[in-house]
Amino acid sequence: MEAILIAVLILLGVALVFGALLGFASIRFKVDGNPIVDQIDSLLPQTQCGQCGHPGCRPYAEAIANGEPINKCPPGGESTINALADLLDVEPLPLDAEHGEEQVKSVAFIREDECIGCTKCIQACPVDAILGAAKQMHTVIVSECTGCDLCVEPCPVDCIDMIPIETTLSTWSWAEPMPGVQLIATDRGRGADQQVNNDSDNHTDDSDQRGNAA
Amino acid sequence: MSRIWSFHGGIHPPENKQQSLLKPLRQAPIPPQLIIPLQQHIGAPATPLVEVGERVLKGQAIAEPSGHVSIYQHAPTSGIVSHIGNYSVPHPSGMEGLCIQIDTDGKDEWIEHQGVEDFRSLEKPALAEMIRCAGISGMGGAGFPTEIKLHLADDHIINTLIVNAVECEPYITADDMLMRERAAQIIGGIEIAAHLIKPTHCLIGIEDNKPEAAIALTQAARASEIEIEVVVVPTKYPSGGEKQLVKLLTGVEVPYGKIPADIGIVVQNVGTMSAVNQAVKQGKPLISRITTLTGDALDSPGNFEVLLGTPVEFLLQQAGLNPMSLNRLVMGGPMMGYTLSDTSVPVVKTSNCVIAATEEEFPQAPPAQNCIRCGQCEQVCPAELLPQQLHWFAKGKEFDKAQSFNLMDCIECGACAYVCPSNIPLVQYYRFAKGEIRREQAEQRKAEQARIRFEARQERQEREKEEKAAKRKARAEAASRSQANRKDQVAAGKPAAADPQEQIKKLKTEAAVARTKLKKAEKALAEDTANTELQAAVEVARSKSEQAQQALEAAEKASPAPAPTLAELKIAAATARTKVTKTEKALADAEAKGAASADKLRASLDGLRAKAEAAQQALEKAEQAEKTGSSSKPAAPAADLKQLKSAASIARTKLKKAQKALDQAREDRADTAELEQQLATAQQKADTTQQAFEAAEKAADQADGGQAAPAADAPDLKALKSAASIARTKLKKTQKVIDQAREDGKDTGALEQQLAKLQQKADDAQKAFEEAEKAEQSSSPAPQPAADKPDLKALKSAASIARTKLKKTQKVVDQAREDGKDTSALEQQLTKLQQKADDAQKAFEAAEQAEAGSNTSQPTDAGSDLKAPDLKQLKSAAAIARTKVKKTEKALADAQAQGSESADSLATALDKLKAKASQAEQALAEAEQNSETVG
Repeated sequence: MEAILIAVLILLGVALVFGALLGFASIRFKVDGNPIVDQIDSLLPQTQCGQCGHPGCRPYAEAIANGEPINKCPPGGESTINALADLLDVEPLPLDAEHGEEQVKSVAFIREDECIGCTKCIQACPVDAILGAAKQMHTVIVSECTGCDLCVEPCPVDCIDMIPIETTLSTWSWAEPMPGVQLIATDRGRGADQQVNNDSDNHTDDSDQRGNAA
Repeated sequence: MSRIWSFHGGIHPPENKQQSLLKPLRQAPIPPQLIIPLQQHIGAPATPLVEVGERVLKGQAIAEPSGHVSIYQHAPTSGIVSHIGNYSVPHPSGMEGLCIQIDTDGKDEWIEHQGVEDFRSLEKPALAEMIRCAGISGMGGAGFPTEIKLHLADDHIINTLIVNAVECEPYITADDMLMRERAAQIIGGIEIAAHLIKPTHCLIGIEDNKPEAAIALTQAARASEIEIEVVVVPTKYPSGGEKQLVKLLTGVEVPYGKIPADIGIVVQNVGTMSAVNQAVKQGKPLISRITTLTGDALDSPGNFEVLLGTPVEFLLQQAGLNPMSLNRLVMGGPMMGYTLSDTSVPVVKTSNCVIAATEEEFPQAPPAQNCIRCGQCEQVCPAELLPQQLHWFAKGKEFDKAQSFNLMDCIECGACAYVCPSNIPLVQYYRFAKGEIRREQAEQRKAEQARIRFEARQERQEREKEEKAAKRKARAEAASRSQANRKDQVAAGKPAAADPQEQIKKLKTEAAVARTKLKKAEKALAEDTANTELQAAVEVARSKSEQAQQALEAAEKASPAPAPTLAELKIAAATARTKVTKTEKALADAEAKGAASADKLRASLDGLRAKAEAAQQALEKAEQAEKTGSSSKPAAPAADLKQLKSAASIARTKLKKAQKALDQAREDRADTAELEQQLATAQQKADTTQQAFEAAEKAADQADGGQAAPAADAPDLKALKSAASIARTKLKKTQKVIDQAREDGKDTGALEQQLAKLQQKADDAQKAFEEAEKAEQSSSPAPQPAADKPDLKALKSAASIARTKLKKTQKVVDQAREDGKDTSALEQQLTKLQQKADDAQKAFEAAEQAEAGSNTSQPTDAGSDLKAPDLKQLKSAAAIARTKVKKTEKALADAQAQGSESADSLATALDKLKAKASQAEQALAEAEQNSETVG
């Protein structure tokens, strides 16, 4: 009987100690704001284009944290949706076509001899990537342009084009290998035609060496 | 002999090196065209230094670095730059890049160059600069600028210099050949590198499949001043990988994300060392390299010393290419190289091998099959990764997982794919995954940048908004404060001054309204007397009206009546009188009609008369007060004078009227006694006022005489002039009056007296004027040239005025003559005027000439600055002249058609105008010519 009492008292004491500790920690180490919003925001492409219906990426991140669907971001596309699904542990959804389609990455380009210097695009640009002044020609700082195309609409003379970003030698990267033609060994040769493109696009295959060695 | 460690994994593919070692090193001929890519290295592309059509000499720099990690490019031989544009470059993408094309001239003419044999005498920076200017980048693999690597000692402690002579990839023998032929050069380069980075050890790693090269190197190293150790390592692929070689020779692993320099090791390729030697000791930039041409499709494979920029197809011809048997063209080795889709690509600084393979040699890859998880790839991976896992992640595009499995440590050696029994193109998957990860990272960076900029912008907008709001608030506060101030002022100041008046006004209108209402009510009551309601309403209205009236009167009494001015009083008196007369008329009418209202009218007339009298009295009082006030104020003589003058004239007018009325009365034989009395008073009044006026005038004259300072000359002159003319006019008028009187046979004695007086006055005024004029002229005898123009204008108008006067006088004289009158005085005047006019004209012309003189001298002095406006002026002048001519022509035509007399004068005027217009035109033409010659 005494042993039970002792056990209960010890447990009670331990419970009180831990309760106090937790209570202290919850006050002392309180996190301001919702940390998940920051994580979501860091996954969004930050084009600030507003295609999701929110005034910028952070508001959309907040909305997602409050339970909005994750498939409203066309500039981010599928990869963003996947990343968000991963983060929030929800099923990835196909991109909501209502908010636009995933497009090629592009940058704004001002046809400079047509620009009248109205500064409307400057006011529209969410990242201050357009340089110019009233009655002076404007130009886009390409490295800062997010390709949100918010500047195209306000231009009174329609001198802004969205130019797709071309791949250069420095930005080129290898394409995904064609999914393996899943043939059995006896089908060798018949699938050669399909293999040619794949192989010549990529690099020398090592099996050549083996053949040579053998 | 140092110890040799080993690294994990590795494979032993067939070497296939002997084919290209059968023949000695050959010199490739100069191709007709060289294509120099601006990017042959890691980092930023170089910037062209030459232009199309420029002749370049061998070794001349044709492109300069455009950043820290960038290198020079040089012309490999002499020739002419024929094009700068995009060409296919050796790159796995098969894409084009910016290149400089040189049409060679075959002379192979070197630019002036000089090496330094004793490189140790040079300062380190100078030595490094020599290497930089030679455009040397790593010749073994990626092509990192060598100079930067040799600078590493500045912020790293380098203890080991490793020279990579391993050349582990099959087929390639370029380094092997270099070592056999130019071992001394390599050792020389190592000495320079060692001098720059000061390592404690210098190691040359070489595989044991190159015994000849190893012997050559060892012999050369023995001759060197510094200790260089040649370490022979067992043949294994990929021992030549930087990190693998470091592990092999030192036993140290390069940590993840670091470079060998971080652990005190620098690795250089043998080819690079040779190039450094050439650059420093001979002053020759990197313009050629040894490249292996091999493969079964070549008749005579071997190593060639190739000028950079030589097209691959040209090279292959030198090695006897069989185009029929060529199946695949690979740049680099079979393990890490890439297939060339275009044979026109040039050889670059990193091109160590070109394999022209037949189909048997490099057969099509068998189809990839599923991973059987055999684990062989893991066993051969030199980076100790898990290729199988990475394969899954890459295939499933789970790049962050692949990253967490250290995908980025993969050196893409291809060993895993080589051993894969399922023929899975593992390296391709890794390359793809790496590319995607890099792209994502770039995007992430960009997104981060965009986010920062967006937030900065929002912050700025917020700040601007706040500033604007603050400004608006401040403005509103200021406005409200100023309004409050004004209110305070109003509250403090106005009630005393303005309010009573306004109040009275208000009360007046109220009273009027009340009266109107009362009247209306009364009318209504008259129509419907039985209505008690109306009666009550009338009562109310009446009481209201009375109240309003009372209030008004009280207010009027209370308010200190603003001292009514003389003018107001006058008006009041006049209105009172008018009312009286009107009422009198009405009364007369009423009496004639015998109307009942006559009594009423009479009563009101009495009231009005009393009022009028009161007004008159008030007026007179005020006038008296005014007079006494003004007489005591000599400070305002002018104003007084004026008033007195007008008063006098009014008095006289009254007198005249009275006289007339008296005459009329006499004619009518009416009772004129009263009128006569009136006349007498009027006369008296007129006399008194006249006297007062004259006294005041005298006083004013005195004051003027005292004051007549030369400074006040001009206005005085004017005043005197007008005074004189007034006097003359008066004189004339009086004369007329006298004449009239004489004609009427009346007594003109008084009038004549007056005339004499006036004459005197006029003479006085004239004299005074002339004196003043003289004084004026003497005071301004030399009109300053600066004031030329206004003078000219003034003179012009003076002349024209004189002429007009002359004409008028002439007319008067003519008239007088016609009338047979005595015109001698007038004629005298006329001659005077003539003289005056002539003088004025002369003066004007003289001034004009002077002006013209100054003008003509001006343009030559002032130069072309004045020409443009002159030209404009002249143009408009010419246009105006032309228009005038046209108009006059029209007028002339009209006049001639109508046969009018003015046609002649018009014709002369037209001639004149034409002359003027032609002059203007000429002047314009001249000015234009001048301006053209100036321009």
